[in-house]
This record gives sequence, C-alpha cells and structure tokens, in this order.
Amino acid sequence: MRATYFLPRDLHPAAWWLWALGLAVAASRTTNPWLLLTIIAVAGYVVAARRGAAPWALAFRMYLYLAGCIVCLRVFFRLVFGGAEGTTILLRLPEIPLPAWAAGIRLFGAVSAESLLGGLYDGLRLAAVVVCLGAANALANPKRLLKAMPPALYEMGTAVVVALSVFPQLAESVLRVRRARKLRGGANHRRLRALHAIVIPVLEDALDRSLRLAASMDSRGYGRAALVRPRQRVATGVLMVLGLIGVCVGGYATLDGSTPRLLAGPVLVLGVVVGLLGFHLAGRRVQRTRYRPDRWRPPEVVVVLSGVGVAVTLFATSTVDPTNLNPSLLTLSWPALSWPPLVGVLLGVLPAWLSPPPAPPHAGAGHDAEEVSA
Amino acid sequence: MIELRQVTFWYHGQPEPVLSDVNLSIGEGELVLVAGRTGAGKSTLLGTVNGLVPHFTGGHLDGAVAVAGVLTRSRPPREFAHLVGVVGQDPLAGFVTDTVEEELAYGMEQLGLPPQVMRRRVEETLDLLGIADLRRRALRGLSGGQQQRVAIGSVLTTHPRVLVLDEPTSALDPTAAEDVLATLARLVQDLGTTVLMAEHRMERVVPFADRVVYVAGGGRVVDGSPSAMLRDMPVAPPIVELGRLAGWEPLPLSVRDARRLAAGLRADLGAPPPRPVPTGETLLTSSDVVVRYGATVAVRGVDLDLHAGTVLALMGRNGSGKSSLLWALQGSGPRQGGTVRVGGVDPGQRSSAQARTLVGLVPQTASDLLYLETVADECAAADAESGAATGTCRTLLDRLAPGIDPARHPRDLSEGQRLALVLAVQLAAAPRVVLLDEPTRGLDYTAKHALAGMIRTLTGEGRAVVVATHDVEFVAAVADRVVVMAEGEVVSDGPTAEVLGGSPAFAPQVAKVLGADWLTVEDVRTALAEVAR
Repeated sequence: MRATYFLPRDLHPAAWWLWALGLAVAASRTTNPWLLLTIIAVAGYVVAARRGAAPWALAFRMYLYLAGCIVCLRVFFRLVFGGAEGTTILLRLPEIPLPAWAAGIRLFGAVSAESLLGGLYDGLRLAAVVVCLGAANALANPKRLLKAMPPALYEMGTAVVVALSVFPQLAESVLRVRRARKLRGGANHRRLRALHAIVIPVLEDALDRSLRLAASMDSRGYGRAALVRPRQRVATGVLMVLGLIGVCVGGYATLDGSTPRLLAGPVLVLGVVVGLLGFHLAGRRVQRTRYRPDRWRPPEVVVVLSGVGVAVTLFATSTVDPTNLNPSLLTLSWPALSWPPLVGVLLGVLPAWLSPPPAPPHAGAGHDAEEVSA
Repeated sequence: MIELRQVTFWYHGQPEPVLSDVNLSIGEGELVLVAGRTGAGKSTLLGTVNGLVPHFTGGHLDGAVAVAGVLTRSRPPREFAHLVGVVGQDPLAGFVTDTVEEELAYGMEQLGLPPQVMRRRVEETLDLLGIADLRRRALRGLSGGQQQRVAIGSVLTTHPRVLVLDEPTSALDPTAAEDVLATLARLVQDLGTTVLMAEHRMERVVPFADRVVYVAGGGRVVDGSPSAMLRDMPVAPPIVELGRLAGWEPLPLSVRDARRLAAGLRADLGAPPPRPVPTGETLLTSSDVVVRYGATVAVRGVDLDLHAGTVLALMGRNGSGKSSLLWALQGSGPRQGGTVRVGGVDPGQRSSAQARTLVGLVPQTASDLLYLETVADECAAADAESGAATGTCRTLLDRLAPGIDPARHPRDLSEGQRLALVLAVQLAAAPRVVLLDEPTRGLDYTAKHALAGMIRTLTGEGRAVVVATHDVEFVAAVADRVVVMAEGEVVSDGPTAEVLGGSPAFAPQVAKVLGADWLTVEDVRTALAEVAR
C-alpha cells in the first residue's frame, strides 16, 4: 500500500485545482500580510516540489511576475489617486486640480502611510489569489483536465483541445509566410497590402489544415453516437430545461430577500438535481471509453483535504478573531499573527510530502534535441 | 471486401466526371496499388471507400460502394471507422491529440472499446511498428517517418479490415519512406489486411502488389496484374521503362529481376556516356557558413561555390540543414557566421528587394509567395516589385509553362504550373543564381519532366541553379554536381555520376541494374542509338 502510494505518477488534475482553490479562498478571506506571504510561500513550495517538466509547469514564474506587478500597481495607484486617509502623512505631492466633472477623483496630493499600507495589503491579497491559480496551472495538465469532463461535454472538450493546438500552428504559418514575403522583397509596401499578403496565405493554410483534420476525425469515428430513441431525447431535453428554470428561479430568490423563502433554497436544489439528471441522460448518448483515465486514489483525497482544510480554518478563525485576519489600518502597528490561522495555512504544504512525485519526463527527452538538429 | 459497382462521381458545376462508370471488386487480404497522374482522381477513388467522398467532400455519386457488405450510401464515414482505416499524405494534419500513446488510443476511444483492450492493443501496436520508445513523445517533435508510422498505427489499433493509404510517403526522405513501406509490407504479410494504396514510389510496392489499378484520367479506371498493367501505363518507374526499352519479357518489377536479365544489355552498350563538367564563371562563393537556432546547429561551416550554367543538387535527409543553407545563401534567413559573396556583394547585408536581384529562392511551400486572385495580378505585382518592364513576368511564365490562362486563380493551377508561376515571379528580378527548395514534392513523372525542362532553360541562360531534393531519379536527370549534407556538414561533393553511382542509398535504379556509369533510361537510349548507328 505504502509502496504504491508513492509511485511516481501525475495526480488527477481536479485534485490540484481543488487544493489551489482552497488556498485561494483562504487568501481572499484575509488581508494579513504574514498570512498572505505564507500562502504564497506554501503554493510556491508545493509547485517546486511537485511540478513536472512540461511547458505549462514552467509558466509558474510568469504568475509570480504578474503577482509582483499587481502589488506594485496597487501601491502606485494609491500614490497617484490620493491616499490621505489617516494621519501619518509621509509625502506631500502638489495636487493637480481637475475640472468639475471629475469631482471625486484626486490626482496626487498628500500621501499617508495608512493608505499606502492599505494598497499593499489589498494588492497582496489579489497577488496571493493569482499565485494560487498559477500553482494549479503548473501542477495540473490542462489537457487532462479537459479529458476528465463529463461525457455530455465531451464534444466541447475535443473542440477546445483542437482549438488550442491551432495557435502554435498559426504562429508557425505566420512566421513562414513572413519569411517568404521577404523573398519577394515585399518589405517596402503599404501596410494594408503587406497585411493582405500575409493574411491570405495563412488563412488558406489554416482552412486547408482544419478541413484535413475534420476529414481525419470523421473517418476515425469522431461523433459516433449510440442510437437514441426519440422518447429518451425528449425526456433529456425536458429535464435540462426544467433544471435550468429551477436554477434561475432559485438563484434569483436566494439573492432577493423579498421573495418567499420557499422559492430560494428548495427550488435551487431541485433545479440542480433535475439538471444533473438531464446531464447524465445526455451523457449516456455518448458511447465512448477513455484510455488510461486519471483515477481518484488516496493521494488525491489527501491533496484535496489539505486545500479544503486551509479554507475551513480561515473561515473558522475569522469568526473568532476578525482583527487578526484583517489588521487595523486606523492605528499603525505591526500586524499581529496568531497561531490558529498560521497553522491552518501551513496545512496546505502537506501535499509537498504526502503526494507522489510527478512521472519522470519520458526516456526520450534527450532525443528531442537530437531530432531537431539532425 | 470492397465492391464498386458502376460508380460515377462528379463535383457540382464541373462538366467532366472525376470517375465514370467504375467497376471494381477487391478481395480479402489483397494489396492493390492505385496509380495515375496527379489530379487524375486517385484520391477521389480512395475517398469513396469509407464514404468521405461524397459525404465529406460534396459532389454527386452514382452507383454503389460497399465495404464488407455495408453500403457507404447508408451511413456517414464515422460509422466505417471500425472497418476502414485511412492514412493521408500529411500525418501531422490528421493528428487529434498530442502524444504518441494518446493518438494510438484515439480511434479506440471513439469506438468505445473496453479499457483493458485499449491498453493491450496500444502496446501491441507500439511493438508492431517499432515505435515503443516514442510512446510519450510529443507528435510535433517526431521526424516525418516516425509521424507517418504513428499515423498508420493510430488506424491499426481499431483492427480495420481495410487500410486505405493516399501517398503515405510523399513528404518523406528516401530512408524514411523505405521504413514506412517496409512496415506496410510486413503488415500485409502478418495481418492479412486488405490494403488500397496510392504511391508514387511504385517500384517499392509493385513487387508485393497483387493488383494495379490505373486511374487514367477522364474518369476511366483500368485494373489488372502488375506486370500486365505496367507494360503500357504512361506513368512507370525507371526500371519498367528500361525493361520496355530493352524488350525484356516478362517485364521486371524489381531491381533484382532486372539485374538477372541485364547481362545481354550490358554487353550491347558501348562506352558509358561522356559527362562533361561545365565550368562557367563563379557566380556565388560562400565559406564557413554557420546557421544556428538557439542551441541547435543547422549548418556547421559549409563552403560552397556556384558556377554559371550548372545545376547543383543538394541532398540529405530531412533536417540535415539543406533549407537553412539555402535561406542563408539567399540572405533572408539567419546566418551567424561565414561569408557569402555574389558579384562581390553580400546579399545578407542588402535590403530584401536588392537581395532578390542577386539570388532568387523558391521556398518549400511555394504557394506562400502567392496572395492575389489571378495569375495576371500576380505577374503585374511581380513586375512592380522588381521594377521590371510590364510583362516581364508573363513572358518568363510563358517560356517556363506556356498557355496558363491569366484569369485563373493561382490556387486552381496544378502543382507544376504553380511552381512555374512562383519561379517566374522570382525570375522577374533577374537574379543570376536561382535556388529551389524541394521543387519536386507532389509532382508526378510528367510534371517532373517539365520541371527538368525549366531548369535546363535557366542554365542555358547562364544562371546557376541549386535544387534541394530527395528525388534521386530527378537528380540523375538534371544535376551536374551533387552535394550531400548530414548534420549540417557537407559529407560528399562531386560530379553526379560519382556521388550517386557509388552510393547504395542514392543510386538511381538504372545504376543499380547496369552499374554506376549509367544513371538514367535516357543515357541508355542514346547509347543504344549510338551503337545502332
């Protein structure tokens, strides 16, 4: 049991997403910089320990840069659009007077430490959420996530996969055609004409390719459907529509306090149930199987529990002691940190040890480079 | 297994049917070679087998096509996925997933096979095709031959009873093509699958084909045993042409057969034809050319001189640096080191408009250069671009390929005509050095003949021509000098007869039969005429 638990493999992508969403929810509950930095550190550590060598895994750095930018922007905006709340004025910039129609907006002027700090905390919170999503993206193979979709959405999933593979191809043809344009000496043309010269061959190429792909998919059995009796088709449709109506009415009633409560919770639940039933029936029409599907095994459960654990602790502790999660900005002081939320957030780092390592890159990794140069 | 009864097919609005009144009956386990000129309707004939024609392509089909007793009229192509496997020319265009293993499983997933069966068949197919070490590789990173083998594997996993292949080796270098064809030969022996295959390297398939179907154009289709059909088919491999010339009976279908019959002919032939090496003035000199993309080195210090009035053939497997070298010589491509001089000028230092007056390049996908709606517009644009007198491009085009309707859309031209148009566009700038990157791709024997004529016209005007190609027979017919590249370096450089004749991989068929001094059927014909006189 222990031996198979830690065998290298890729976890179910949904497990990583649930874990990351747990962390993100936790981050959105607090503005305490210590907690937020801990969350970022936890996400970063798990990514470093458990990501593979695929391109999407290497994109985590981009999310970190983005998070940094968010923090800087938030602080910068406080500087530009006035930050005079509070009493500790750090800086007095000349204020630029604005016309009457822009009342309520201030450019420059006095800048207080409180408002800068507010910007920093706010930015940090958003940054932590972004880093959590980045971690999910780095740890879970996006294509496998699409494959794990319910059967009723199968066709849509395939369409997305095909669409994703089109972009690198388009970029390739644009490069090729631009190179070819140079052969005709076409650099010194009017802009519109040059664009025409690139767009036409690229579109021709893309259309050609998609037609050939469609022919190939058709002849390989894409879209083969099981025979569906008309009555069953009608039942599926009716269930889906009823479910949708239920969800709409229930959702509206939940948000609008003046409608009878009977229309809120119960109708919403009923709508979801009926809709799911229709969804399931629709899925039965698709008669296909999956090659080596991702299985839900104990490590997946552990990963999800750790993420959910983080979110739950922060919800629980905020009702006890909200001041620790949202440090006061009225009186300047070092934000305090209490043990319970910190320990809660640290739960999130468990997958770094309690999940199996990713499958090693294929044996032929060295080959790729050889192939290109050969 | 496959029945075609009185099949007539035409596209709407076309006066001529593509297929007319075709009757064909193919039994279980047969291997049938489909031959014919480009555009004669081979692909259409193959497409009718699983109903892609007319369900997918449109058009009108009369008559009946049945596979294993199921009429294609009654069901869409996807309902034939378990009966018919289709492999096209460009494997990359047909891939749905992105790794080898998933691609092999894709068809089975669509058929809803149980997971254990899928797992087992994927493993079996990986071994059958010898691609087990590629299983986790990304499809885009594979070489052409590997991709084509994966494409064949991906249709084999559903255990189809019929395999339809439309020119599966046309995009591959000779070695990769041999690989794929050898794999197919083994499959036919081992699995007993019925195979219907269009293939222009006929000589490789003919020895184990049970039947040849010739699509004659104008909708006519004739079929018969390989030796009977090849006797008077206009498209034939050189070995068959040699057999016809020498009057051998029965007609040899493989090099082995021909060599046994050739003793008499060898004695009749006198001295081998003289091959003067034309030495014109040097038009382009280059030394130590280096091209690299990041860490991968495409060209490692190549020295090359091009002389007026000569044709140089550049050979080597896919990815050996041929294209990178051509682009670097033209000046539009990257070049990290070395010098290139054309008349004392480095084309890489000049603007692209000036560079093309020095060196003209026709790239691999020639149609990338065309973007206007008619041939006349393209010609006018070419004249304007190169500052030539109005009508220059059209005159050039008429000399290369006479009689192209100026109002036609460039896309509607045949491959050969389109190549001529692009060549004319490039020649409008009057470069004295002309580089052609894989011009023979997709051309049939007749179109290649026409291309050889165009190239002779160019050298006759005192230009230097470089042709990068895999086509050994074409090189034997046109080139004066051959350079073979491997891993970015020149591995052999010399007169055509020396380089081609002496190499087992590059020897043309006639050389394999008669010895290294004889390269083409044309050589033999002239020599026989000499002897007769």
